[in-house]
Amino acid sequence: MQDFFDLTLGGISAGAVYAALGLALVIIYRATRVVNFAQPALALISTYLAYSVTKATGSYWLGFAVAIVAGTVLGVATERLLIRPLRHRSELSSIIVTLGLLLVLQAVAGMIWSNEPLAFPYAFDFRGRFSANDLFVVLVVLAIAALVLVVFKYTPLGLRMRAAAFAPEVARTLGVRVGLMLTAGWGLAAAVGSLAGLLATPPFLFPNVLDGVFVYALTAAVLGGLDNPLGTIAGGFVLGVGLSYVSGYFGPEMVTIAALAILVVVLTLRPSGLFGRAKVRRV
Amino acid sequence: MTVRTKPAEATATPVKQRRSLPPLLVHALAALGAFAVVVLLTLVTDEFTNLRLATIGYYLIAVAGLTLLTGLTGQVSLGHGAFMFIGAYTVALLVRRVPSFPLWADLLLASAAGGLAGLLAGAAAARLRGPYLAGATLALAVGLPALTRKFPDFLGGSNGLSFTVHSRPAGIGVPELRWQTWIVWLSVLVALVLVANIVRGRLGRDFRAVRDDEVAAALSGIAVGRTKILAFLVSAVCGGLAGGLQAFLLGTAAPGSFTPALSLSLLAAVVLGGLGSLWGALWGAVALVYFQAWSEDLADVLHLNTDVANNLPLAVYGVILIVVVLAFPRGIQGGFHRLRALLRKPAEKKENHENH
Repeated sequence: MQDFFDLTLGGISAGAVYAALGLALVIIYRATRVVNFAQPALALISTYLAYSVTKATGSYWLGFAVAIVAGTVLGVATERLLIRPLRHRSELSSIIVTLGLLLVLQAVAGMIWSNEPLAFPYAFDFRGRFSANDLFVVLVVLAIAALVLVVFKYTPLGLRMRAAAFAPEVARTLGVRVGLMLTAGWGLAAAVGSLAGLLATPPFLFPNVLDGVFVYALTAAVLGGLDNPLGTIAGGFVLGVGLSYVSGYFGPEMVTIAALAILVVVLTLRPSGLFGRAKVRRV
Repeated sequence: MTVRTKPAEATATPVKQRRSLPPLLVHALAALGAFAVVVLLTLVTDEFTNLRLATIGYYLIAVAGLTLLTGLTGQVSLGHGAFMFIGAYTVALLVRRVPSFPLWADLLLASAAGGLAGLLAGAAAARLRGPYLAGATLALAVGLPALTRKFPDFLGGSNGLSFTVHSRPAGIGVPELRWQTWIVWLSVLVALVLVANIVRGRLGRDFRAVRDDEVAAALSGIAVGRTKILAFLVSAVCGGLAGGLQAFLLGTAAPGSFTPALSLSLLAAVVLGGLGSLWGALWGAVALVYFQAWSEDLADVLHLNTDVANNLPLAVYGVILIVVVLAFPRGIQGGFHRLRALLRKPAEKKENHENH
């Protein structure tokens, strides 16, 4: 019973990270119908920058801030340089380009900081059951999620972003700068993604550190329907707890396979995700 | 697997072909020619190049399978390394546990094991599209090699399984590596003949119809789900064979060889070669091997440190993916097509195009 309790608490803080990275995917998918497979790599570069800044200045929080800013810039640059030229091309094109960026950035990280694991600090004390750090992770992610939802739902910026995503032509005639809104969406998403990277990485940082986290985040986003931020956050927490049980009772090696199994089962039963709306196709 | 073939005028591919010869025969003859070329190449080159040739061979069949899946049927797989993983471990386990099995049986079983996994993956994939499918297959690539750590006694943990296959019959005076290269290419060419026939045949047309418009394909009587599963099956068989050949060649199967990066570089090879063309698979496979080799040479020449050198190939594959999609969506094979079209045109038109 004690185990069960510990695993649940551990799963909640892990799930918060999946929810955050999943949220980054959903923001972009909503705006541009692109799944950003480079998201873990953008977060990776930000986290490495945080490492370097923290190492140089001794301040964790300065590194933290630099990482978020750098992530935003990277997201904006990706949209402008790589995604915008592809906006009239097939879905496959954007998938492949973001994958290419993933490979490049992971390789660049390895070239600059080496493939060896580097020690990366926790924000707060990580020892004990539901440590100060776990609490911090969960609170930060919930706060960010709330902020994103408020921005989308209740601010003029959010209204414009939604308009640009759902009806670009109409939005444009009404004076919304659609391109700018898409870029803003990528920047916002990459900032959230970088935050997830900072929270997910400790204790060790290496170029492939986020591969697994990305798979779980994608699973969380797919559970949520790729379109639904609230569903993704719920999906992240449910997945975190569920995978924590798998890890505790069946071994940590089984976690990715379990995520795959969940993904396949859920999508087979509900092809648009647990919380997604089914897309009507006319024949 | 039965291969239905049609006369040349009924196939959708614009490739010209002698009407009197059935495609199977043409492909078989081409394969024989290719095998002769490979044997010649192995005879005039050193051991080192032999190994590279063999490596191109098993990448070729893996990339060809992925071309059929992604290029022809439009299903993105980011997990094709997983089928190679299955093939490699099948061969490793068979050689270690049942040494009495002949090599060809091991390779057949490796292909079958890959195919079985492909059938399962395909059954799930038939309901998924685009990013959903890409995500699920990526999970496959990340998750499957971790199983080796779950069953360290059976699968050898992170170190994997090593073994030796003495495939060369006694009394044949050919160096082992050269002989292995022949075996690899013989298997690959046999498989390629089958794949080429599928691509040219009725099933190939079904694949393209499903890629271009699922609804229209369904309306014209194609079982869309079954066609997608068949594409996964064929390409996974190719992946299993490729993995089996790799294990045979290297004498080892280890999880470190089947990272997600492998799956992504296979996709890079497909895109670089030209989506949807089996010739493109050849250029892609050659590129996979030689970009690796050149980046090693370059690192030597420029005295790059190991961090840069180790990551150079991946960076190159990434840049290729981006540049090809942005600037040359038809890949190398598309470039050849354009070149051929240009050569047929009058000279003044050619100049115009070159300025383009």
